[in-house]
Amino acid sequence: MVLLQIASAIGNLALVCAGLAVIFGMMRVINLAHGEFIMLGGFAAVLSVHAGVNIWLAMLVVAPLTVAAVGLIVERLIMRRLYGRMVDTMLATWGVSLLLIGLTTTLFGNRVVGIAAPLGSFRIGGYSIGAYELVITLISIAIFVGGYLLLRWTPLGLVARATMQNREMAASLGIEPSRVYAVTFGIGAALSGLAGGLLAPLSGVVPTMGVAYVAKAFITVITGGASIIVGTATSSLLLGSISTLTTFLTTPVVGDVALLVSATIFLRLMPTGITGRIFRGAP
Amino acid sequence: MNRPLMLVQIGLAMAVGLATMVLFPLVAPLYGVINATLYTSMAIFALSLALLWGFAGILCFGQSAFFGLGAYAYAIAAINFGDTTIACAFAILVPVLFAAALGYFLFYGRLSDVYLGVITLTVTLILFKLINSTGGDSWRIGKARIGGFNGIPDTPPLRVPFGGEILSPTQLFVFAIICLVVVYTFCKWLALTRFGRAIAAVRENEVRAELLGYNAKRLKLAIFCISAGLAGLAGLLFANTVFVSPTIFGLSMAAQVLIWVIVGGLGTFVGPVVASIVLQMVAVYFGKLGWIDPNIVLGALLIAFVVFVPSGLLPTATRIAGILKNRAGSRGRAGQALPGEVGERQVS
Repeated sequence: MVLLQIASAIGNLALVCAGLAVIFGMMRVINLAHGEFIMLGGFAAVLSVHAGVNIWLAMLVVAPLTVAAVGLIVERLIMRRLYGRMVDTMLATWGVSLLLIGLTTTLFGNRVVGIAAPLGSFRIGGYSIGAYELVITLISIAIFVGGYLLLRWTPLGLVARATMQNREMAASLGIEPSRVYAVTFGIGAALSGLAGGLLAPLSGVVPTMGVAYVAKAFITVITGGASIIVGTATSSLLLGSISTLTTFLTTPVVGDVALLVSATIFLRLMPTGITGRIFRGAP
Repeated sequence: MNRPLMLVQIGLAMAVGLATMVLFPLVAPLYGVINATLYTSMAIFALSLALLWGFAGILCFGQSAFFGLGAYAYAIAAINFGDTTIACAFAILVPVLFAAALGYFLFYGRLSDVYLGVITLTVTLILFKLINSTGGDSWRIGKARIGGFNGIPDTPPLRVPFGGEILSPTQLFVFAIICLVVVYTFCKWLALTRFGRAIAAVRENEVRAELLGYNAKRLKLAIFCISAGLAGLAGLLFANTVFVSPTIFGLSMAAQVLIWVIVGGLGTFVGPVVASIVLQMVAVYFGKLGWIDPNIVLGALLIAFVVFVPSGLLPTATRIAGILKNRAGSRGRAGQALPGEVGERQVS
């Protein structure tokens, strides 16, 4: 039972990290608006459910598409001017993050809106667990396996990896780097939106909710290291179990602190992250 | 930067400081004086980041962690000891020690500057969560209740050292201005010392500086701790004007100070001070309007500056002044640039 809880916590963490792994891990853009992308996904899902859209459609289709659109606009207007200037991308995305918080607060007010989680719960012995949480875990496994296969074995993944590795070389081989960047940013944003949509029934949606995710997500992706899929998956596994176990023993806040502290110590021991040491070369 | 020019600038700063602290309380209402004290504490906060980011090139997103720790350390120590002199020492020492511990992991772990930004931001947000969850009677340090989301409203006001009178708002304002001028002078002086020059070398090229025998990690750690101490001092003043609450660890606090420094100009010290004061006035103005969320203004400003004026206002103004001066000079008459703007480019 405890194992199921841990698995679901790891699934949640990995889901929250997926979009950031693409934008930060592949494009080296420090996207501090990641949490707000998740928040927008949540709002998109909640608002469309309230408007009468089927809940699964809202979470799995409407949320990612909305946020992908926002992501593409941000990429086109701001990020395109800043590639390669890492510190500036970080500042600019923070500006985007504040702007989005401000806009959503103005539009929807500073209150929690939510939807009920679908699928009820089931019992094993004396315990019960939400079936929905298991679905989330399965979806995040599917995202990571799919992402791995996409990057490793398809022409699209090859093009993306090549462009991120050597922009000029890719351009000289007839690939348009700016389009690859735009698409990658859009996919990253869509994954964040998906995470927001799926988590909306569990956590509720509020304009400032992104703050809670951005820190966790960054620390997990950084701990993961250079290989975004394998690295993020393993570090989610590691940090997710640490924080869940600590949460069991104490309180959720201490669990979060444990996650951060263990990640900081971990980075002191392995400055290049997990995949800087093991699993080298995997995407 | 040469020494005579620096002396002129410091003299100018002292003159402006003296004039402000004598004249301002005469003309402004009490409310204005208290507000000005708040602005001054924020200006010191901006200077602490200007030293760390603009001068030493270390981008710390969580400068407000040190600011907040200073404020909390002051409040908790003042409640416990009754005397505020020891509390002042705590307000500076606690952030310095925290910075030393954090900085050890960051710099000796050889994390690149970008990761450093992310991790410092994370630390601030975690502190926010942690302090937020300390509501109720069970969370106390000595006699002081930490108070969770409500903060510590009964922070004892600053007294004359060793059990003297409580400082009046005007005296507190004078004290704050003195602190600001001293911190400014300190930053200017630090930039000229051997230590400061070594820091500049590490900023420009860390590998080269290390090959020349400088211990870059130790230098960075040192400037990190110094900056944290200055932020703690700002927090101490803040705790005396407004009471301490977890919002000082919040995201907008951390964002504000970065915006002040980048708007004022990286590598300058006057720029961030002026920018912090002007932008706070702007923020108050928009706050009074009420229909626009301050986050929108902050976010839009940050994006606009990063994309269009990445070097900040003061260096840009200096450059424009320089161009105008050259043009005027070529016509046979040297144009006059404002004193504060001359030579304020990259303090190196």
